[in-house]
Amino acid sequence: MKKLKVIAAMSGGVDSAVAAARAVDAGYEVVGVHLALSSNPQKYRSGARGCCTIEDSHDARRAADVIGIPFYIWDMADEFHKGVVENFLSEYQAGRTPNPCLRCNEKIKFEAVLDRAKGLGFDGVVTGHYAITKDSPAGKTLHRAADPEKDQSYVLAVLRTDQIAGAIFPLGNTVKTDTRKEAKERGLFVANKPDSHDICFVPSGDNAGWLRERLGSESGDIVDGDGKKLGEHKGAYTYTIGQRRGLNLTVPDKTGEPRYVLKIEPKSNTVVVGTHEELAINSILAAPPTWCGSAPEINKELRGFAQVRAHGAPLATSYKFDGTNLIANLDQPVFGLATGQALVIYDGDRVVGSATINETI
Amino acid sequence: MLAYFDHAATTPMVEPAITALNNQLKKLGNASSLHSAGRSVRKDLEQAREEIAVAIDCAPSEVIFTASGTEANNLAIKGLFWKGAKDNKKVIITSTFEHHAVMDPVGWLAEHEGAQVVAINVDRKGFIDLTELTESVEKHKNNIALISIMHSNNEVGTIEDIAQIVKIAGNTPVHTDCVQSFGKVDFSFKNLGVTAATISAHKVGGPLGVAALILKRGLDIEPILHGGGQERDIRSGTFNAPGIVAFAAAAKDAVTNKIERDIKIRQLKEELINIIKKNVSDIWVNGNQDKSLPGIVSITFPKTDSEGLLLLLDAEGIACSTGSACSAGVQRPSHVLLAMGLTEDETTSTLRFSLSYTNTVNEIAKLGAVISTVVAKSRNAVVK
Repeated sequence: MKKLKVIAAMSGGVDSAVAAARAVDAGYEVVGVHLALSSNPQKYRSGARGCCTIEDSHDARRAADVIGIPFYIWDMADEFHKGVVENFLSEYQAGRTPNPCLRCNEKIKFEAVLDRAKGLGFDGVVTGHYAITKDSPAGKTLHRAADPEKDQSYVLAVLRTDQIAGAIFPLGNTVKTDTRKEAKERGLFVANKPDSHDICFVPSGDNAGWLRERLGSESGDIVDGDGKKLGEHKGAYTYTIGQRRGLNLTVPDKTGEPRYVLKIEPKSNTVVVGTHEELAINSILAAPPTWCGSAPEINKELRGFAQVRAHGAPLATSYKFDGTNLIANLDQPVFGLATGQALVIYDGDRVVGSATINETI
Repeated sequence: MLAYFDHAATTPMVEPAITALNNQLKKLGNASSLHSAGRSVRKDLEQAREEIAVAIDCAPSEVIFTASGTEANNLAIKGLFWKGAKDNKKVIITSTFEHHAVMDPVGWLAEHEGAQVVAINVDRKGFIDLTELTESVEKHKNNIALISIMHSNNEVGTIEDIAQIVKIAGNTPVHTDCVQSFGKVDFSFKNLGVTAATISAHKVGGPLGVAALILKRGLDIEPILHGGGQERDIRSGTFNAPGIVAFAAAAKDAVTNKIERDIKIRQLKEELINIIKKNVSDIWVNGNQDKSLPGIVSITFPKTDSEGLLLLLDAEGIACSTGSACSAGVQRPSHVLLAMGLTEDETTSTLRFSLSYTNTVNEIAKLGAVISTVVAKSRNAVVK
C-alpha cells in the first residue's frame, strides 16, 4: 500500500514535534512545515512563548532534522492577518471577545494549510493538538483529549467535517507530562520548552496596550444599568466581561458590593457595570453553527454539555437548533460570559457542534 | 541520486582543493609567527596569494583575504565610503538589484553614517541603465564616495558592462561583486580598472569560510575588524592558511578549465531550458542568455508558487533555489526580479537553476520527467 503523505505543522514547540515524530512512527510520509504567521517576525525573545519568532522557526527546523523529515517554512502571514488578526480587531471593535486560536485553526491550519497540502498531493495535516478523532459511519468525529488539563477540542470544534477528515492529532491519548518525557527520549531538545499561553501576535503579552495602539484609547463613561455615570475608562476595548479590577470607579455602590463589567458598548463608547448577580447568564444564542457530524433536527430539545470558554468547565444544558441559532439553556447560570467566544456542545466527550456566541440572557 | 542545480549557492569542492586543504590542516604554525614553523606556513600562504593574483590578474599585494564574500563586500563598501566621507563625499551609487551583501551595508551606511544612496535601475533583461548612471555620476560629480555594481547577478546571471561603468566613473572608485563571475568568465582586475572586487572560494570549488577583497595597491581604507592587522592593516584575524591554500588550488583549477567547462555548462543549460519548455509551455526565462554566466538560469512558472515547486522537486531528489529568504526562513519576493519589472506574483513563481560542469544530461532528464506534474500540483495548491 502506498504510504499516506502528510504535512506536520511544526510551531517549534514540544507538542507539534512529538506529534510529527509519532506520525513518522505510524508509517506516514511526513514533511514538516513551520508557518510564518507574522509579516514582521520578532527577534529572539525570552519568557513568553508564541509562534512567530526566529527562535521558534529554528526550533521547529531542529526538531524536524532530529526526527529526520524534510522541513520548509510556509509564509501564511497574509492569510493569518486577514483571517485572524483583522477578525480579532473587528470583534473587539464590536464589543465582543474573540478567540484567535480558534480562528487560526479554522482559517489557517485546517483551511489554508490543509488546502495547500492537498493541492500539493498530501493527504492531511498533523498537529500537536490534544484532541481525539474517531471514525464513525457519518465520518470522523471529534472528541475530548485524554488529558483534561490539555484538552483542545474546544478550539477545534469550529472545524467542518471535511476539515476534521484531513486532521491527524497523534497526541489525543497522551498526557502532557508524557509528551515531554517522550520528547526527551527522542532527543528533541524542545522537551522542556515552556507552553505558549499568550496571543502569538501580541508578543509583549500586553493585550490591552496592543488593542489601544490599534483601536485608539478614547476615554468614555463607565455607567450602571440605569446609565448613571460611575467613572471613566481609557478605551472600552480593553475591558472584558466579568472584569472587576482596575475599574477605578469614583461613585461607590450603595451597598458596598463590588461591581463587574457587564457589557461593552463600542458605539457609545461606554462600559456598563453591575453586581455579580447581574453577570449571571442562563441562555446563550450562538451562530452560525458548525456541526461535527449531521445537524440535529430543527427545534428538537436535546441534552448535553456546553463549554463557553477555553479550559472552561462543561455545563449541563438543554440545547436546540432553531434553523439559525444554536440555543443553550443552562441548568445552572454561568457568570461573566463574553459574546464572541464559542459555544461548544458536547455529548459526553464528543463534540456535537460549535457556534459563536452572539447573545446572552 | 540527487540532481543538484544549486551551484550558485555552493558547489562541490574540487579534488585539488580538498587535497590542498587536507595537507595544510596537518601543518603546524601560525603564518604570523616568526619561527620556522610559522615561516613555512607563511610561505604556503603567500604562494597561494600569488596563485590567486594570477587567476584574477592583479598584484599579490592587492589580495586581502577575508572570511566571506559578505565580509569582503562590507569592507570595500564601508572602507571606501569612510575614506570618501573624509573629503565630504557621501554619495554611494549602486544598482537596484545587488546582492544583500552589498545592498545591506549600503543601507546601513545610509541609516547610520549619512550616506546618500543612488540606486540605478535595471531593465527587463537585467542590464544596468548606463544612461542613468552617466547622468547620476554627472549630477553628483565631486560628492561620490564609491560606485558598487555587481559583475554578474546571482539570481539571473546577467553580466554587467563593468569596463564601461569604470569609464563613466572617471576618478570615482568602483567596487564590483564578482562572487558569481570569478572563475566562470574572463576577468582581469588590471584590465577592468576597478578599485575593488570581491571573490569567494566556495563558489569555485574551494572551501567555505574564505574569500578575498581585491583592493588596488596603495589604497588604504578603514578596516571593519580591528586587531593584529594581518592583511595590510586593513583586515585583522589569524590567517586561515588551510582555507587560503585550498582557495588558490580551486581558483587555479577553475581558471585552467574555464573554457571547456563553459562550453559544457552552456550546453547543459540549454538542454535544461529546452526540456522545461517542452514540458511546461508557458514558462519564460528571465534576464538574457547572451551576456550571462554559463550556469545560472532563472525561470518563471506562471501561476505556481516557488515554495511548493521547491518542496515537490526536493521530494523527487532535485535541488534548486527560490531566491532569498529572511532570517526566519520566510521566502520573500525577489528584489532582483522586482527590479527587473516582474510582478510580485511572478517573482514568487520563479526558480533559479544553477549548473556546473559536474551536472549530467541524466540529471536534466530526471528534472524533465517530473516537471510537468510538479508544476500542475503547485498550480493546484495556489490561490493567486
